[in-house]
Formats: sequence, C-alpha cells, structure tokens
Amino acid sequence: MCTYITEKASMAGSGKGAQGWFALSNANVYYDHPFHAPYEHSLNIDFVNESMGPSARVAVELSPESARALVQAILTALETGETEHGLRVEVAVGT
Amino acid sequence: MNAQYEGLLAETITYTGHNGDEIPAYFARPLGIESCPGVVVIHHMPGWDEGTKEITRRFAHHGFAAIDPNLHHRWGSGEPDDVSARVRATGGMPDDQTMGDVESAIRYLRALPYANGKIGVIGFCSGGRQTYLAACTLKNIDAAVDCWGGRVAMKPEDITPQQPVAPIDLTEGISCPLLGLFGAEDQAPSPAEVAQIEAELKRLGKTYEFHMYENAGHGFFATDRPNYRQHAAVEGWNEVFKWFGKYLNVPSIVPVAV
Repeated sequence: MCTYITEKASMAGSGKGAQGWFALSNANVYYDHPFHAPYEHSLNIDFVNESMGPSARVAVELSPESARALVQAILTALETGETEHGLRVEVAVGT
Repeated sequence: MNAQYEGLLAETITYTGHNGDEIPAYFARPLGIESCPGVVVIHHMPGWDEGTKEITRRFAHHGFAAIDPNLHHRWGSGEPDDVSARVRATGGMPDDQTMGDVESAIRYLRALPYANGKIGVIGFCSGGRQTYLAACTLKNIDAAVDCWGGRVAMKPEDITPQQPVAPIDLTEGISCPLLGLFGAEDQAPSPAEVAQIEAELKRLGKTYEFHMYENAGHGFFATDRPNYRQHAAVEGWNEVFKWFGKYLNVPSIVPVAV
C-alpha cells in the first residue's frame, strides 16, 4: 500500500455494493498489497461512484493469473455476445 | 520490556488538526499513573482500522498515552478500506496536511495534565514514510519509529503534488533518534532503498538504528494478513519498546491502584 499508482477508466454501468445497486462512474485499477486476498500483491479493481461517497464501491483483489484470465474472459464474452446479437462490426483489412 | 499497565482507558476523541479541521482520533492511556510519555500512532495506507487501534491500546498497556488520528477523515466516512480506496484514487494524503495533523496531535499529547514532556511518533507503511517526514520537519519529537515506510527515497516519477518532496532529501533536518524496521523481502521499501536511506543517515551523523528481518516482507506486524511473520513481529515490537523506553522516560513502576 505504499504506492499510489492507479489506472483509471470511466465506467457507464452499475455495480452492487454493500448498500445495493448504484451507478458506476469509474474503475480504479492498481497492483499493490491486498486487504483480504492471501497474497503479497494482487491486482485490485475498485468499481466506484465518486459522487456517492466511499461506500459506493465494489472491490475485487485478484492474483495476477486470475486478473489475466478475467481480461480474456471479458474479451471473449464481449466478442461472442456482440456477434450473437448482431452488434459486432467486422473491420476489413487492407481497405 | 516496559512495565505493563492492566488498567487503561480507550475512546474516540476529536482534536483540532491541520488548518483548524476537527479530526477524530482513537486515544488510549494507562490508568493510575502520575505521568507518562505520549506516542502518535500513524495508521497505515489501509486506513484508520481495527489493527491500528489495537496498536494504540498496546502502547497504553505499556505505559504511553497514545493517539491515533484518522488521517483519512477528510475523504468521508465508511469502512476503512472503502475510505482508503478513495484516498488512493485521489493520489494520497497531501504531506503538508498530514504533518499539520501530526503536529497538532503532538500538541494535544503535550497538553495532557499527566504528560511527562516526551513524545514519540510511530507509523506503518505509508505512515512509516510520514513518520520519517515528521522526524525531518517537526521539531517537537523525542523519538521516532519508521515501520517499513516506502517512498522515503523517491524516484523523480514518484513526486506528485500531494508528495512533492522525497523525505530522504530532508534527512539533515532530523532532530530525534530514529528506529527503522524493515523486511528483507519487501519491495516498497526494497533493501536497496533502505540501504540508501541508512547511508544518508550515517553521512549526516544522525542517531538511528535499522533492523532488517529475513523471511519478512511488508507489514509483518499485521496478524490478520498473510504478511504476518511471528518471529520478526515479536523481535520488532521488542525493539520498538526498547527504543521508546530509552528516549521517552516510560514510568517503570507498575501502579497498584487504578
């Protein structure tokens, strides 16, 4: 917990925290000591709404392997879902 | 080891901190003594949590009036980890604000009717760095303990508006004895950074003592975390009480009545 290096991404969507569902504004992503996960370091993601106070937060702490698996699963699910729903735009190569 | 005080009082108080802000603080003191030294406990990056309050009570048990300010107070209320996440997302605590809160906490301790006039500061993780900074910049500290404070030696890219100066560059200002406890497997601070800090303390002729524990990483006092290392924690706590016992005039007579 001795660094403040944080990657930030704007979020449109919802998360469910201790007080129920809330709209998200950001995801804060960082690699540091976890609060709970049994590792020296973990990849941590806080889904938050900055205007709603500290408790508007959904937190995960992942091993590096889990974090990479999550990234891949998200990309795969996005690709599959968008294709099935006819939303995927194929980019033509060489045009 | 100092005397152990079976009776103590622990409560949440407020005091006037930096810029006149009212700061909540956990405060614990031994009962049944005429005078005792004070200790400011600077919490770690995970916040004003149960573990830090337990440490505060531990100091009371060993004969100190101890104050543990909620340095994350300005970021809102909630579970310590939620508030800490918000502090991180905004770049961390501004150093000048933290030093103002610590200096005010020292003033609070000095004003206690049973204060013996001696003040120690101890901090953990980010609080270790802040302790080092306090030792460099505040002139009313009698002994300090930096527990694995990272970014005392900072790379140029670590400098931010909130932490604009590397504490190591202020080492010349240290005016109290400094104890440092570190883990050989820690990367923040790494053993190389600890060696760099020690070289600077030595070069400037400061009174210090550093202990580097093998088979320990960051935060090895924390019994509720995987980083806990029993041997290093027991040894480290002994060093803390020896250090403060040496410089803060801890009362040595166990009281018979509370």
